Amino acid sequence: MIQPATLTWLAGHELRLSWRDWVSLMTAGRRHRTRTVAIALVLFAALMHLIAWSMVGRYADVTADKSTLVIVTGSMLLSWSLLLSQAMESVTRAFYTRSDLDLILASPVSPRKVFSIRIGRIAGSVALIAMLLASPFINILTFFGGAHWLAAYGVVAAMGAVAAAFAVALTIALIRTIGPKRTRLIAQIVAAVIGAAFVIGLQVAAILSTGSLSRFAPLQSETVMTHAPSADSALWLPARAVMGDLAALAVVAGVSLILLAASILIFAGNFGEHATAASGVSSAVVRQRPVRGFRRRSPGSVLRHKEWTLLLRDPWLISQTLMQILYLLPPALMLWISFREGGGALIVLIPVVVMAAGQLSGGLAWLSISGEDAPDLVATAPVMARRITIAKVEAVLGAVAIIFAPLVIALTFASLFSALICGLGILIAAAAATYIQLCFRVQARRSQFRRRQTSSRIATFAEALSSIGWAATSALAASGSFLALFPAVMALGILAGVRVIAPRA
Amino acid sequence: MTLYRPIALGIRGLCKAYDRPAVDHLDLTIYGGEFYSLLGPNGAGKTTTLRVVAGLLKPDAGSIAIDGIDALADPVAAKQITAWLSDEPMIYDKLTPFEYLEFVAGLWRIDAKDAERSATELTEWLGLSPHAHERCEGFSKGMRQKVALAGALVHDPKVIILDEPLTGLDAGSARQVKNVLKERVRAGGTVIMTTHILEVAERMADRIGVIAHGRLIAEGTLDELRRQTGQTATSLEDTFLTLVAETVPVAAE
Repeated sequence: MIQPATLTWLAGHELRLSWRDWVSLMTAGRRHRTRTVAIALVLFAALMHLIAWSMVGRYADVTADKSTLVIVTGSMLLSWSLLLSQAMESVTRAFYTRSDLDLILASPVSPRKVFSIRIGRIAGSVALIAMLLASPFINILTFFGGAHWLAAYGVVAAMGAVAAAFAVALTIALIRTIGPKRTRLIAQIVAAVIGAAFVIGLQVAAILSTGSLSRFAPLQSETVMTHAPSADSALWLPARAVMGDLAALAVVAGVSLILLAASILIFAGNFGEHATAASGVSSAVVRQRPVRGFRRRSPGSVLRHKEWTLLLRDPWLISQTLMQILYLLPPALMLWISFREGGGALIVLIPVVVMAAGQLSGGLAWLSISGEDAPDLVATAPVMARRITIAKVEAVLGAVAIIFAPLVIALTFASLFSALICGLGILIAAAAATYIQLCFRVQARRSQFRRRQTSSRIATFAEALSSIGWAATSALAASGSFLALFPAVMALGILAGVRVIAPRA
Repeated sequence: MTLYRPIALGIRGLCKAYDRPAVDHLDLTIYGGEFYSLLGPNGAGKTTTLRVVAGLLKPDAGSIAIDGIDALADPVAAKQITAWLSDEPMIYDKLTPFEYLEFVAGLWRIDAKDAERSATELTEWLGLSPHAHERCEGFSKGMRQKVALAGALVHDPKVIILDEPLTGLDAGSARQVKNVLKERVRAGGTVIMTTHILEVAERMADRIGVIAHGRLIAEGTLDELRRQTGQTATSLEDTFLTLVAETVPVAAE
């Protein structure tokens, strides 16, 4: 029997919450879907293993030479930047959600003890997600190359722990420097930028050096190889650990645990204080410029205006959108170089832009169509439900048009045909992603939408596959190939499938 | 001579079931210019009835006429003259009260100038003027409820349906809300309100309906209800408890 209020007891409580959170994330809050979700997960895992096999299967027997160590380290840094971004998101959420904060601080349990476990829980969640995502790649490498690759699981867990430690330190540093009110927005933007920065940095380097969008191109360049330390350098310890060097794994695991423990020791004591300060921010007064007289607008117009206002005033959404826009920087740079040099790189650029448009529209559509803070008001208004939906779709497509129009206009100066294909691709990918979200719409408040927890997993995957399909269609159409029909048919098939399996209203 | 009284809300044979019947062949008539209070124990079917009337739920059977308009056949026309307010104020955190009211006015296609004048009056009456241009995200429950009430009234509805509008309000806010509602009834509007605060029903309602197990078990003025229980000098609370207690064995049978 575990004694109440001990570290083990609290860890058990946090574990239970994490488990329920995860089940809710997977089943979109509907427990009866557990079987369907389990089948979908198995299928997804099989697909991921197939993809992993095509990507890393041939590298299972590589040796730890300098070139391999550079590539592995680069991939790890890339993944770690994403882990740090995810951890910052989790820490920000822990700070700004009131949740059980009052209960914890009012209880006779030491807050240090509770928040130590909570930081540990964040580290555990980040590590677990990272291990799950990395598992197809590690399993394939293990299957074809040997059990020594299993050490990679330990490295991924260590990366999660370090990411959580840094995320806590960064967020608390932000709160101390700029205050809890500003930290809410800035931390989310920092998380988005960190998540995107390394990938984008490598892509920009690749464009400037090799003219391609491959993020691995700079890592294989002669310059990097010349300046990189020799293969026996301590810098490559994490990469060596991934490849099965147990001594290196012990060092990596030890360092990560020390960093996590230090973060817990330093910050757990004040975590509650900062969390209280942060959660109180929601009651801060935000004054807007007074409305200069009511304007005469149709119901459709007021609905669109309302959606745009809410989207613009949502810091979380701004950070997410910023991330999407950041990913457009490398293609934009490529466009600029291509335009200057008259190169034919536009075909590589178009699918990236179309894919980004599909993903952004899906996110906006999800928030706009399913997230409604005043559903009763809208439902009792003398407006047909169809008109309300149309206005919301218009709001999403309008926002996407505003974001992508400059890029398409710039493209017309390079190639009118490419611009036309790109514009059409953006429109179709955006409309398809919006349609998918319409089919899987649910009714929830926007505050519940931070992690798309109530979103259907099927909708999310269908949206990604549809965007990939339309991106491939655009690329092939821009190159003048009739093969463009194949991905288009595939994308249409996905939409038809969505229509069939979508829950009836 | 009998005075002609227009019917603001006429419900006939209304049925709505979830796992079990929530509203069971309910008949209800509420007259124009009346303050009608619908009482009943938890799970009696009050909220379901009002949500069906407001167009938020589809009934399984029955008919609903709002000011003579068939609400099931022509929901848009019925909604044009109706307002709905629930106990949980549903407003947009990122909008200010004025922006919210402008949005509501747009949905109801109200003339911009009239809507602005009405919004200014309502925010003044409800004590929201100092906060009219602040985002609602920092508002207390009472302030949020007042913003929602202003939204319900800004389009000058003929029939105002309120589900527990005073829940969680402090005495000052509750008085402001009650005053605004009384004013609406004086101006000829019809207010239909559910409440668990029996004192409010006792003081404000022209007629009271008691609902249990989805059926109307008693209706009338407070005196008429007292007479039904055979206890003339008791409070509404005693009357209500007697009426509800009488239905329990019937329902159990």
